[in-house]
Amino acid sequence: MSQLPLRAQLASALGRTAATLSRATGRGDGSVIGGRVGLMLEPDLLRQLAADRRLALVSATNGKTTTTRLITSALRQLGEVATNAFGANMPAGHVSALSTAKDAPYAVLEVDEKYLPEVLDTTRAGVVCLMNLSRDQMDRAAEIWLLAQKWRRALAAQPTLVIANCDDPLVTWAATGSARVTWVSAGQRWREDSWCCPECGGPLDRKGVDWACRECAFRRPTPSWVLDGEDVIDPRGQRWRLDLQLPGQANRSNAAIALATVAAFGLEPGHALLGLREVTSVAGRYTTVERDGRSLRLLLAKNPAGWLEAFDVADPSLPIILSVNAQGPDGRDTSWLWDVDYRILRGRPVLVTGERRRDLALRLYVAGVPFQLCDSFGQAVAVLPPGRIDVIANYTAFQQIRTEFGRAE
Amino acid sequence: MTSHVRLVWIYPDLLSTYGDQGNVLILEQRARARGLSVETVHVRSSDPVPDQGDIYLIGGGEDRPQILGAERLRKDGGLNRAVAHGAALLAVCAGYQIMGSVFGGEEGQPVPGLGLLDISSGRGERRAVGELAAEVDPALGLPTLTGFENHMGVTRLGPGVRPLSRTIVGTGNGDGTEGCYAGKVIGTYLHGPALARNPALADLLLAWTVGPLAPIDDTWYQRLREERLAAVLPA
Ligand SMILES: [Zn+2]
Repeated sequence: MSQLPLRAQLASALGRTAATLSRATGRGDGSVIGGRVGLMLEPDLLRQLAADRRLALVSATNGKTTTTRLITSALRQLGEVATNAFGANMPAGHVSALSTAKDAPYAVLEVDEKYLPEVLDTTRAGVVCLMNLSRDQMDRAAEIWLLAQKWRRALAAQPTLVIANCDDPLVTWAATGSARVTWVSAGQRWREDSWCCPECGGPLDRKGVDWACRECAFRRPTPSWVLDGEDVIDPRGQRWRLDLQLPGQANRSNAAIALATVAAFGLEPGHALLGLREVTSVAGRYTTVERDGRSLRLLLAKNPAGWLEAFDVADPSLPIILSVNAQGPDGRDTSWLWDVDYRILRGRPVLVTGERRRDLALRLYVAGVPFQLCDSFGQAVAVLPPGRIDVIANYTAFQQIRTEFGRAE
Repeated sequence: MTSHVRLVWIYPDLLSTYGDQGNVLILEQRARARGLSVETVHVRSSDPVPDQGDIYLIGGGEDRPQILGAERLRKDGGLNRAVAHGAALLAVCAGYQIMGSVFGGEEGQPVPGLGLLDISSGRGERRAVGELAAEVDPALGLPTLTGFENHMGVTRLGPGVRPLSRTIVGTGNGDGTEGCYAGKVIGTYLHGPALARNPALADLLLAWTVGPLAPIDDTWYQRLREERLAAVLPA
């Protein structure tokens, strides 16, 4: 990597000091405050830190933390990789990640959907991966058609290679118009946000993963990478068994995107898979924690599409604890509960907790899913007999549970 | 009166961004709990709107889908015919604005609505996001409204409608009132599953269709209402 200008070196070093201080005083991992200090001293810091690296940006409504981890794990076979592993996915977090690994020739950054245009414009990243767009925390996030339009404009303005999931019509629309796109058929489970054509508003006809507008020429492009059950088929037609340690269809989808991405860095699927298979849990997700003879597997679900993914991983033969909050990071509005089809939980013991447990209780009552309301997570655990238990929680509810268990990975 | 209820959910493919499905599920549940049979039709925006339904529901959405939805409903005419026949309608958020004479598009440009409510809407200065509580017009005999709003709309009520409620907390129409009604058409900025916290409003729609209703077990509805009202109302 080339030498940073003096001012940027100083800004970067002071930012790292702030991060260390923040950690030492117990105020979190420091990645955001460190980046903020750096950006205050040198507003151009992110551009300078990103220059001369091979950089991939990863954005989506769901799966961006996991996909970032998968790509990073594979790329480490080529050299050091700078990455925002703590999910600090806005510019301050990016500055912090790049400052921390200032000699890393590679960088993989998870980017908040709203910040993608700005971060792409600043960093001129060589590769951008886009997996899915769906409704999420509607009281604070940009609405998704508008978001797709902003992505589209930003991508068309750069020579970036876009790795895009062509099974998601909105993602496809955002990537159409980019100079170079690698289409990946990575699947789409949640379809409630893509019944209409983003180009003309007409109805989309769908058959399996394929889709086409009934009223204009917009249709699913032909993918060069295809996720097919447990396998990924590469552009030469070779089939690769994924054998991930991470569970579920959503993670196979993330892995397909990751394989196509690292191929752009020259890493073949055979080698890349060795890295992908090392990933066992991501920021506590899919982790199993133990208490009083009970093994609790923790699943995070932040929005309706995320709940579908979590249901796919949860074991129908096990009892399940659901915990829902509505703090700032969760979105203060619980309307989304009504977009999730909870009927799949009928027949399992279902325990309901979290700060907004009464919203969830009514939702389950109307869906005809029997449940038991618990005032605390500890009470829900105690109600169940020793053995395995699945837990699905939204963002701050998940963090509260992790804190209770000492954040064990 | 009938023992059968036909629900029509308009354009879930365009106008269902905020858990709007909840209103459909709640009306179904509360009708079935009274032994009524329910038939629900989900009308996609590419399909004609049937005019023989009893209760019509339309939800919220982004600017572009709202404009598309309004254009298609105007061209289709089915909803206007149904309301003229005496059907009930609950219009939420973007759907509420569509029922007026005009609403504001992406750039604030005026877009014609269906004219089913004597209102006109434009874009406000800032987004109203948060909890809303409001006292309902005493003529309707309903308890305090509670819900969540998330919109940039400002709605002016004409002489042909009455305010649904007066706000205690929140923005609503922007003039101290929230929502409006005329005949069996109700509009509200309480977005998404507005009926979840206002089961009496659901029962009003059902009673307009089938006549007086027997009481049902409301435990879970009431627990949620009490919690939310306690969280937002001054003690
Ligand atoms: Zn089209």
